[in-house]
Amino acid sequence: MTLLPGRIATVFGGRRWRSLAPLAVLIVLCLLIAIANPNFIELRNLVRLANSAAVPLTLAMGLTFIILMGSIDLSVEGTLSVAAMVVVLLAANDSNGNDYGWWAVLAAIASGTIMGLISGLVQTMLRIPSFMATLGMWFIGLGLSVYMLGGSAIRLNDASIRDLALHRFLGLPLAVWVAVGAFALAAIIQYHTRLGRHILAIGGDEDVTKLSGVNVTRVRIAAFALAGFFFGIAGVLAAAQLGQSHAVIGDGRLFAAVTAVVVGGTALTGGEGGVVNTLIGVLIVTVLANGMILLGISPYIQQTVQGLMIIAAVALSLDRVRLKIVK
Amino acid sequence: MLQATGIVKNFPGVQALRDVSIEVRPNEVVGLIGENGAGKSTLMRVLAGGYRLDGGALTLDGEPLRMRNARDAARHGIGMVFQEQSLVLNLTVAENIYLGEEDRFTRFGLVNWRAMNAAARRQLAKIGVDIDVTARTSELTFAARQMVELAKALTLEEMVERPLLILLDEPTSVLNAADIEVLFARVRSLKSRASFVFVSHRLDEVLAISDRVYTMKDGAVVAEHRAAEVTAPELHEIMVGRGLQAEYYREARQQQPGQKIMVEAKGLAANGFYHGVDLTIRAGEIVGIAGVVGSGREEVTRTIGGFQPHDAGEMKIAGETVRFGSPEPAVRKGIGYVPRERRLEGLVMFLSIAENISLADLSSVMRNGAIDYGKERRLAADWIKRLRIKAPGPDAACRKLSGGNQQKVVLARWMTAGSRILVLDHPTRGLDVGAKEEVYELVRDLSAQGVAILLISDTLEETIGLSHQVLVMRDGEITARFDASPGNKPKQVDLLRAMV
Repeated sequence: MTLLPGRIATVFGGRRWRSLAPLAVLIVLCLLIAIANPNFIELRNLVRLANSAAVPLTLAMGLTFIILMGSIDLSVEGTLSVAAMVVVLLAANDSNGNDYGWWAVLAAIASGTIMGLISGLVQTMLRIPSFMATLGMWFIGLGLSVYMLGGSAIRLNDASIRDLALHRFLGLPLAVWVAVGAFALAAIIQYHTRLGRHILAIGGDEDVTKLSGVNVTRVRIAAFALAGFFFGIAGVLAAAQLGQSHAVIGDGRLFAAVTAVVVGGTALTGGEGGVVNTLIGVLIVTVLANGMILLGISPYIQQTVQGLMIIAAVALSLDRVRLKIVK
Repeated sequence: MLQATGIVKNFPGVQALRDVSIEVRPNEVVGLIGENGAGKSTLMRVLAGGYRLDGGALTLDGEPLRMRNARDAARHGIGMVFQEQSLVLNLTVAENIYLGEEDRFTRFGLVNWRAMNAAARRQLAKIGVDIDVTARTSELTFAARQMVELAKALTLEEMVERPLLILLDEPTSVLNAADIEVLFARVRSLKSRASFVFVSHRLDEVLAISDRVYTMKDGAVVAEHRAAEVTAPELHEIMVGRGLQAEYYREARQQQPGQKIMVEAKGLAANGFYHGVDLTIRAGEIVGIAGVVGSGREEVTRTIGGFQPHDAGEMKIAGETVRFGSPEPAVRKGIGYVPRERRLEGLVMFLSIAENISLADLSSVMRNGAIDYGKERRLAADWIKRLRIKAPGPDAACRKLSGGNQQKVVLARWMTAGSRILVLDHPTRGLDVGAKEEVYELVRDLSAQGVAILLISDTLEETIGLSHQVLVMRDGEITARFDASPGNKPKQVDLLRAMV
């Protein structure tokens, strides 16, 4: 079956046992950490875990579509910081007199989408590889947001936006529910819309997809805009969680997002995997980080472990065997 | 139904189609043959709306027909099954059949996969094949994929209110004999609803399936025949201006092999692929292996070429026991592998002829530890002359050469590397008749020079024609051995009996 529940069943069961590996890793990881430090399974820690997964999950949703297409989006941090900058500067803040409330949130998401749209246009119209196009957009976004913030941290004073991080529903901060919503939206797009299917088809074989009458250029632009949309939401969540925006709000986010997508089992060559995989990937990355903090491991060693993990994930992925040549 | 009149299509420096006129009548299969570069594929693309015309006109049922792309063609009921298989392998069968047509199953932006699967199932039922529409396309056999492609082309029936025209561009090139028969049976049964244009390199196939045959040469249609009134040799003669007889395979040049045993296998086995394989190839001998897909012959050739190690038994190369874990030691032992996918495995396409020829043995063009470009170019120029490679010069990029000439470059490379044993894996696949003959000529040259050759090929005719000795494999075992000296060639039916 190709309906969503069926999809999940094929991802996590049936013939493709290898796709179970990320889930198994997640479970083993949770068990090991829980044994080493029972505090891990305390409700308080689980809520903290969910809260710290919110931004990476939202980012990784957008990135999944791009990687699924066989491209890469390096503009994650640039786009996120632009969105965070926009929301902080337009909503009530300690730098200017603006107070547009939730219009600021919409503007932030729109600016993220536009950043993605530009990446897509640059890639398809100027025929520049996505790696270079988005590398450029990363620094354009970063430069723009730092300039607009005047190089300093600006506080977000709009109470209703801050509530995304502070207010709780069923015990979880609203930001977590937004991330869950982002996941649901991404899952619907991937498994139930034309766009999702066409992205998967392009990742599988772009030429054939074109010959089948699919407007590949349009799909690519739409995919990058979609990714920018998710990055925009993530930017708002990040600003709400920090209560401010500053120059380094995006630091480390690209690495976390790429790691999550890859660890979840989405192939860098495109055409394999999806947002359900990425959900598992985000949880693995977040649980590991949380666990290492609980176990009192040095932050520098934590980074090293994350680096090892991303290489291990790619090394263990099924498709590498079929790759004859590695560039 | 469809009429093309005075079609002209120019590419920079080449007139691909010169005043071509053909017509396709309702419920008819039209065959289209010609050598590579004769303009068949260009004409097909014109009919599928792929090119802007430089002259001439198309009419459909008397109405002028203008198309800018494949979608326009589809709107007029013209569908194409492409030469290269055109399915996205990571999608399911149903998703492929309706790729680009999801609109029909979309409501409020969401695609109804259940409806799409049901529709795909109906399409496959129409052509009478039973394929799981939710299976990933990569899990299907080539034959099944071809059926899916046909079903995909036939979805046009649901969109247009007129008989379809389906263009089949070399659909049989990846199918074995039994699957070709299945495909032909489908085409025949669909004739009541659609017309077909069928392009193939294999003349007997074209004659078997077509009602009428157009022969193209140098961008023009040079002959039109009713299929019942012409034979394959006659068509071949028109197509290339040469006869198709025993000399096609240069049987007169087949010589007694030498005494030296170059390849010797005893009880060779690779888990699950083949077992108990005994074979010897002497210097100058050509040994052909016949067998259907899955018979294990591909794996045997890959083992000797160094791509797939054997698990049991013994293999000796020129008397020395070996087991290859990778192609590199095989190359050092003087084994050259000529793969079927020239594009993927045979040549580095964006490198020049000279660079490709010296690739396997760079030391042949090195001086004092550095590559001597002059020497490399002279070497390539020499091969271009000896093998009659049609190319502007040693610096020409290999991707710009025709298939036959690319194959010659591959052979030149192994000769440069001093290969005494060649593994020819479908050496003439995708080549036109003229280019094939040149390859045959070359194979005889090599054999005369004492090169031992292991051959697997697409057609039994070619295997029998070229080989000194033919082995037949089935289910991983050798089931028969035939002597194939000139005048004593085995019959195809005898081989077939041992194959299936």
